[in-house]
Amino acid sequence: MIEKQYKQITFTLNGKQVSTSVDVRESLADMLRREFGLTSVKKGCEVGECGACTVLINGDVFASCIFLAIWADGKDVMTVEGLVDTDGHIADIQQAFIDEAAVQCGFCTPGFIMSAERLLRTGKRYTRDELRKELSGNMCRCTGYHNIINAVEKAMNARLEAAGKQPV
Amino acid sequence: MYDINHIYEANSVEEAIQRRIEQPQALIISGGSDILIGIRAGKLAGCDLISLYMIDELRGVSLDEDGTIRIGSLTSFASVTKSPVIQKYVNVLGEAADKVGGPQIRNIGTIGGNTCNGVTSADTASTLMAYDAIIELTGAEGKRLVPIEKFYLGAKKTDIRADEIQTAVLIRPESYRGYHGYYYKYAMRSAMDIATSGCSVNVRLSEDKKRIEDARICYGVAGPIPLRTRSAEQAAYGQPVSRDTVEAFAAGALKDVNPRTSWRATKEFRIQIQGELARRCLTEAINRAGGIWA
Amino acid sequence: MEVGKSFKRVDAFDKVTGRAKYADDLCPKNAYVSRILHSTIAHGRVIRIDTAEAAQIDGVVKVLTCFDVPDRPFPTAGHPWNTDPGHQDVADRKLLNEHVRYYGDDIAVVIAEDTVAADRAIRALTVEYEAYPFVLDPIESAKEGAPLIHGERQNNNILAHSSLRIGNYAEAIKEPGLIKVEGWYHTPTVQHSHIENHICFAYQEQGQRVTVCSSTQIPHIVRRVTAQALGWPWGKVRIIKPYIGGGFGNKQDALYEPLCAWLTTQVGGHPVKLDVSREETFVNNRVRHAMHAHITSWMRPDGTFAARKLEVWSDQGAYASHGHSVAAKGMGAFPQLYPCDNVETDAWTVYTNKPTGGAMRGYGIPQAMFQNESHIEDIVTALNLDPIAFRRKNSMPVGYFDSFSKNELYEDSFNQCLDKAIEKIDYDRKRARYRHQTGPVRRGIGAALFWYNTAVWPISIETSSCRMIMNQDGSIQLITGETEIGQGCDTVFAQMAADTIGLRLEDVHVFTMQDTDVTPYGSGAYASRQTYIGGFSIRQTGQLLKEKILKHAHTLTRMPADLLDIIDGTIVRKSDNRALMTVGELATRTLYDMERSEHLAAESTYAVKSNAYSFGVTIAEVEVDIPLCQAKVLNMVNVHDCGTLINPQLAEAQVHGGMSMALGFGLYEELLADPKTGRILNDNLLDYKLPTTMDHPDLLVDFVENAEPTSPFGTKALGEPPTCSPAPAIRNAILQATGVAINTLPLNPHRLFEEFTKAGIFRTEQEVISPPSPGRSAEISRVTINA
Repeated sequence: MIEKQYKQITFTLNGKQVSTSVDVRESLADMLRREFGLTSVKKGCEVGECGACTVLINGDVFASCIFLAIWADGKDVMTVEGLVDTDGHIADIQQAFIDEAAVQCGFCTPGFIMSAERLLRTGKRYTRDELRKELSGNMCRCTGYHNIINAVEKAMNARLEAAGKQPV
Repeated sequence: MYDINHIYEANSVEEAIQRRIEQPQALIISGGSDILIGIRAGKLAGCDLISLYMIDELRGVSLDEDGTIRIGSLTSFASVTKSPVIQKYVNVLGEAADKVGGPQIRNIGTIGGNTCNGVTSADTASTLMAYDAIIELTGAEGKRLVPIEKFYLGAKKTDIRADEIQTAVLIRPESYRGYHGYYYKYAMRSAMDIATSGCSVNVRLSEDKKRIEDARICYGVAGPIPLRTRSAEQAAYGQPVSRDTVEAFAAGALKDVNPRTSWRATKEFRIQIQGELARRCLTEAINRAGGIWA
Repeated sequence: MEVGKSFKRVDAFDKVTGRAKYADDLCPKNAYVSRILHSTIAHGRVIRIDTAEAAQIDGVVKVLTCFDVPDRPFPTAGHPWNTDPGHQDVADRKLLNEHVRYYGDDIAVVIAEDTVAADRAIRALTVEYEAYPFVLDPIESAKEGAPLIHGERQNNNILAHSSLRIGNYAEAIKEPGLIKVEGWYHTPTVQHSHIENHICFAYQEQGQRVTVCSSTQIPHIVRRVTAQALGWPWGKVRIIKPYIGGGFGNKQDALYEPLCAWLTTQVGGHPVKLDVSREETFVNNRVRHAMHAHITSWMRPDGTFAARKLEVWSDQGAYASHGHSVAAKGMGAFPQLYPCDNVETDAWTVYTNKPTGGAMRGYGIPQAMFQNESHIEDIVTALNLDPIAFRRKNSMPVGYFDSFSKNELYEDSFNQCLDKAIEKIDYDRKRARYRHQTGPVRRGIGAALFWYNTAVWPISIETSSCRMIMNQDGSIQLITGETEIGQGCDTVFAQMAADTIGLRLEDVHVFTMQDTDVTPYGSGAYASRQTYIGGFSIRQTGQLLKEKILKHAHTLTRMPADLLDIIDGTIVRKSDNRALMTVGELATRTLYDMERSEHLAAESTYAVKSNAYSFGVTIAEVEVDIPLCQAKVLNMVNVHDCGTLINPQLAEAQVHGGMSMALGFGLYEELLADPKTGRILNDNLLDYKLPTTMDHPDLLVDFVENAEPTSPFGTKALGEPPTCSPAPAIRNAILQATGVAINTLPLNPHRLFEEFTKAGIFRTEQEVISPPSPGRSAEISRVTINA
């Protein structure tokens, strides 16, 4: 007989405080999909290799498949769903992925967008090779990464310009 | 869902030690990038865990008054790389930590986990060993300091007692002051990989930058645990900064390495790479130290 | 005109917001989960499986073994059915197999309430085997006395052999003064590695019919295979295909849908999910056939061919799946890419005790191009000829006609593609600059052509159906059986439909989900066929709908139908371009007409009886660090003639993806089997080296747009072609850089170490001696001269 162990956790999810009782065996990816219906969190390997389940935790990128759900307690968690405002407007990085044809099958896309969002928030200027390094924990089999790098570079330049900094 | 029988969450070092004593069967989980994968693979399924993840006091890098660099065991690779203390005094360690996996892994993986799992390929381990780091363990009786070379007992075996957890990794000032180094991770691709071999070298040069006063070299995956190749170091002591010294250093390294053939790489291939890494790492370490070549 | 414009993907918004639904997103929350027990021997028979302990585990619903499944072998290949039994796919596996034929074969299943219970039960099963000898190499397996993998068959382990004879090879090679160039070329087993693993779930409705929602490229074919595997009438099965996270041919096979359909019937129709792990994706789905080829070319001193011979052995693995069609397609390229009067080719597809070879992007052509284009480079090296000039002179000439496929090379595609590629990557200057190098780090640049043909006619049926349903606002639902798998077909289909009818792109709503209860027949995503084949039925159906609209327009406007046209959703009188009414107004009035109400819709099937060549070239520039045995691609360009581009931006994106997959094939990827056990050693994304962002250069792409005359939209294959030529181009670039010709992929550091060692280009010191000179490798083609 498996005696199930649960923990009550409270955390910020896409800007809103939420509270739930979670089976301690669940990964954060499992919980976000099951309990919160956040289908942007994809599972491609379950061992932290593919990056499809990438979310932001306290602003940093994490593979939610190898992060225990109980550890989210007290943290700030963000998924792609959190980038869309209440009027349905998507973020600049999402628009850049559309405009640059950086989307194909779409399965890696949300994870890539979260990795991109993290680096865009630094306000730093990255070269294409630096962008490649920042995105190296996300795998894509459709795009050859070329248009993904283009999209991130485009969003970065737009934000730099908006902040009055010199784009690349 | 992970097949975890029970998880005990510790919120402080004291609580963790208490749990260690009460639940001797339980495994320690810090970031989980090894343990959770072992559970999923079935090897550790049904285990009990003691989670250290919420112990924030074990995170961060600081400089003690005597100049000792103290890295809390739960400090993530990314935090090691970003730390101003690391960047200023042992930037090689930050660079080595930056070679682990990818950005996501560098946020969850910890320096403590990287050493406690006793794996020879761990990217930070060879650099820590090349800096003669000290492992700080805390148990019921208090703190115990173990030189990193002694901490490794064998493949995947480290010297952690039943009531202990690793609480910090220390680097003494005499180990880093005046030293410059370089780490090369050799892998089959440029990210998301484990090292086929890694090599960390640091040197201290004479005042005129023409002679090597001290050199240390440590390999990953040249043996069951990170390996210091003393023959290489001896070949460099007191020698001029020259191509011949670099060659002698590489030849010395190859006397001591003992890689094995596995499906991941043959012994012959690893030896080819390890000889070349000794050359390149020493050369780069000398250049970083401002060496003047003969 | 909407065709030819770079519209944004119709599915992009849903994909960037995480709203696009994939199979797991649609699975009922109460579904049971299932896990498969895989054999731990490569060949043998399951004597007994002890299920007692597993069945007792809390949360376990049912344990089923190879002794419980229907005794009904079935085929799995994603080919259209053939009513001629002589052309049907080989039926050689059951849902679970008592006779296990590779390490990892499926032998039992646990159905449970959650994955923890299922995994515990799998670990609690004990299996008793009778072990047989096994064989992992196709050439060994083809020999007399090899362990029989499927029992006594005609030619035993040889699944199929085919050959081709042109002219008289034996006589032709007697010509005096001929130079014989020969070599072996080896390509490895690789895996598709789409980021979404195969997943399906099944449930029963009305106590009878079974619905399977699956991550598949071929819903209609999977319905047929599932019904065949279970001995059911085909209409009993309903397959739903939502968005899928890539396929690349792996999902052009019935993978676990038949098993999953059976599982739900074993638990009273309760939903059962079968979620394939990454490890199972590598071992238990499909792989690209490893091939071993020997090529002999008899050259005249002027650089023309006298005679050529190809022998190729293709590693089928344990089950037939797509079988010999892959090697046969590869072999078909040989006499066509470089025509010669005297040719002999033979291809054998041979069972081995390894994971099953299936369809993978390029379908034998990436292997064939590595063989062919490496060999061509060996010829030009041996004869000291210019590699580009040789290809210009000897590759398929304009006007070439293939009597079997009826394909014709209408334009000077190869030269046009070469011209563009050479300019784009600055080939001539770099080739000259890299000619004489010394030192440990060197660069090289190399080229390779590729041959490809679109779709599968006349080997199989080519048919596609389309339905268009008009809404009252004048927009339409576009429904086809052809599947969106990431390549962008929904978007280009919408462009085609809009153009045919005269609507704007936003008036076309693509019904992206195939549901075999609703969707008319389409064979699905494979053979780079959908844009070409789907175009015929979309055009035809659009014309039917347009005729209907114009007939009603005639009634409503009293104008003769032939004076009317539809432009941007408006009925226009052509004589004076006057807008008469919108299509929406027409549709509303027609539907709600008290007398003659009609819901405007059209549906048709088009049986396509043509095919088209799709050609191009890759040029790659590499840097090789000799002491560290590392090769890196600095720049790479692909230029394609895939006809008229329907959506240039998406076409370019397709090419990027194909080049990336070929970069992996060329430098990184290889699925390794333990020679002692047959177990796959690197069944995960850490040990199987997909190139990461950091391993990719910027990718250069260009096109030559020669409209394909047989296509209503001037288009032809682009999905697979980009994967065909990069690997040999990289290999040829490394040859220029180092002088070492390496004939075994991937060109990873292990391989470079072996080959550099054989060629003797290391020195103990850091510097590398010897300038590059051809023919240093032990592996390079042997060159002999006829007496």
